[in-house]
Amino acid sequence: MIVAVLSGKGGAGKTFAAVNLAAAAGRAVYIDCDVEEPNGRLFFQPQGVRETAVTTALPAFDREKCTGCRACVDFCRFNALVYVKKAPMVFPEVCHACGGCALVCPAGAVGEQRREVGSLEEGNRGEIHVVTGVLRTGEVSAVPVIRAALEAGLSRRETLTVIDCPPGSGCPVMESVSRADFCLLVGEPTAFGLHNLAMVHELCRLLGKPCGLVVNRETEPYAPLEDYCAREDLPVLLRIPYRPQLARWGAEGAVAAERDPALKAEFVRLWNEMGGDV
Amino acid sequence: MIVAIPLDEDRTSLCPSFGRCPFFLFFDRENGTRQVLENPAAQAQGGAGLKAAQFVVDGEAEALITVRCGENAAKVLRAAGIVIYRSEGPGADENLAALREGRLAVMTHFHPGFVGGQP
Repeated sequence: MIVAVLSGKGGAGKTFAAVNLAAAAGRAVYIDCDVEEPNGRLFFQPQGVRETAVTTALPAFDREKCTGCRACVDFCRFNALVYVKKAPMVFPEVCHACGGCALVCPAGAVGEQRREVGSLEEGNRGEIHVVTGVLRTGEVSAVPVIRAALEAGLSRRETLTVIDCPPGSGCPVMESVSRADFCLLVGEPTAFGLHNLAMVHELCRLLGKPCGLVVNRETEPYAPLEDYCAREDLPVLLRIPYRPQLARWGAEGAVAAERDPALKAEFVRLWNEMGGDV
Repeated sequence: MIVAIPLDEDRTSLCPSFGRCPFFLFFDRENGTRQVLENPAAQAQGGAGLKAAQFVVDGEAEALITVRCGENAAKVLRAAGIVIYRSEGPGADENLAALREGRLAVMTHFHPGFVGGQP
């Protein structure tokens, strides 16, 4: 089963929920798709880490063959290509690596070069395989690295795969949840938390994914969130009360479920409720 | 020498956006002809600055007077040998006069652009 963990708002507890779910299951693949700031590795501290480069395609032009017809420039809907001084010119950060320019070139003048946009780190903590996508600083699009991280993690076909998604509800999130069987939403009982939770919940429903909620850092039931769940038929699968000890463990980089058997049992129950079996 | 200027809807004052201005003025200083053409990049999904720069290059401009300009567009314009001047005041005509009198400064600051679209 593939579980995507997401929240809309950043800092709601996605990584906390994802890491502890994987840890409670004992055997799992954990994929960190929050490639702009991957932090699951801080808790798992995976061993035997292998690093591989993530690259995307970029057109390479053969000036000898180019006839200057501009078919490539006219085709590029992202306007990544211009034609200046009788030569095509590509803007790498605008290029989406669709390959269309090579297809439309009648002269066969467009080849391909690879451009590094990030890396993958793969290692283990016990029976948890940890895949971390790392986007190179300054890159505009996270999607190629997310795609590579998902491919690496999902190819292992583990019983439980936990995808730690990026915040927000844009393209990187859509890519991260695209292959998920279940979307586990982490809600913070605040107005801001609820607002962004509703956005990402709408996205998951549009994508036809079953959803469940973890209410994190709860001091008392937050009425607007409770109303939302009742109205939108979003089941609350787990409530994690606010506890300073959890924050301390987080600051230490400890996996809370490994320290607290009761919390681990709660995450096991959560996993069972989503249809998993430990 | 042809001078290009991004124009607003009124077709007489400068548009603050280079990439997404509705019109471009191409003014030929040799014979005084002026052409106001629709900017094909105005509605571009992304890369409007690049597409607008291509349009200016294709219009055979040798100078551009603009309120501001992004880094990517500037790269294209410079590759084509177009000199980018910073505008002074809102009107196209007053800027053309200022250029003629050597009162316009060459632009040295280019903003990082607004390219942030995700696939």
